[in-house]
Amino acid sequence: MPVSVASSRLIYDALKSAGVGLVSALPETWLVHLIRMAEDDPEMVLVRLAKEEEGVGISTGAYFAGVKSAMLMQNHGFLAAINGIVSCAQLYRIPLLMLISQRGAFGERDPWQTEGGAVTEHLLDALRVPHERLQAPGHVAHKISQAQTLAYSANRPVALLLCRDLMWEE
Amino acid sequence: MRRLEAIQAVYPKLERSIVVTIMGAVAAELQSLGHRPNFFYLQHAMGLASSLGLGLALCRPELQVVVLDGDGSILMNLGGLTTLARYRPKNLLHVVFDNESLLSVGGFPTATATGSDLAGIAAAAGVPRSTTVRALAEFTDAFDAALAAHDLTTIVAKVEATGPAGFVTDLGLLENRFQFQRHLRELNSETSDVRHQRG
Repeated sequence: MPVSVASSRLIYDALKSAGVGLVSALPETWLVHLIRMAEDDPEMVLVRLAKEEEGVGISTGAYFAGVKSAMLMQNHGFLAAINGIVSCAQLYRIPLLMLISQRGAFGERDPWQTEGGAVTEHLLDALRVPHERLQAPGHVAHKISQAQTLAYSANRPVALLLCRDLMWEE
Repeated sequence: MRRLEAIQAVYPKLERSIVVTIMGAVAAELQSLGHRPNFFYLQHAMGLASSLGLGLALCRPELQVVVLDGDGSILMNLGGLTTLARYRPKNLLHVVFDNESLLSVGGFPTATATGSDLAGIAAAAGVPRSTTVRALAEFTDAFDAALAAHDLTTIVAKVEATGPAGFVTDLGLLENRFQFQRHLRELNSETSDVRHQRG
């Protein structure tokens, strides 16, 4: 499977460096290595979800409990989580670090992913969620750290889009 | 059974727990009995109170977490019951007040009015302890038994479809949020102090 192990490791190590102690996730192809790394890490609480919106509630609970968390999801999972993002995280000013695999952009071969890819960034803009694309391995650690810093200073959700150039090795 | 009298009957135990409620009548009625800094009212995001309770319970296993849910809310997050069961936090008590209706928006019947059995759904999802209660004494017994068992429990309490005249209270949403967070942080440092003293 040509999902990049090296980039997944960079992302995982950056989450650890940022003090993340809980990740919620729903498997998708690009996230498999990240989820396995969380699974193999005895220090990490991994919560496997039935639907991504649950992750907003779980991260909010973790935040109140004093534990830093991250949500791993596909962009269609972000679409499924929007009500929770607005009516829990934004209403209550909860910092959320969302790592969203940006399927359906240039290079996408799966026809079923293409609509989500076309709307994800527009929706993040409409929701006023600060977001950046993660494309270069060299930027991963810095961007994840910066994203978390903003989430906590603003008390708001932020998103990093895990892009094809980072996650997929042709 | 009326929901208000059910909440009142267990209020002394709620005072000693970390409590998360759904929006609407449950939040307003608990506040009418007396707000405490360990009570958080999720005034929207229907369905997520149980998920929020799961996050708290997993991260703070030393604390008893009680979620006061409702039929309309949990019906929006039935998948979340499978997640609760999967991680089975022993310190989470999940109470669902089931009035078989969406009371705050006109009393339209929910699916529990036509036979859907939430305790059965919870059990089938893998929640190790689940029960349906209809009388106040049954409710308090089930509540006490759940705390004593120290295992994940869902109690579905059938209650009358009556509630307070209004749902907006004097407590601001963000005031509640920051107070709750600060309270948990202070509990954390108290726990650390205890550990330190023991160490």
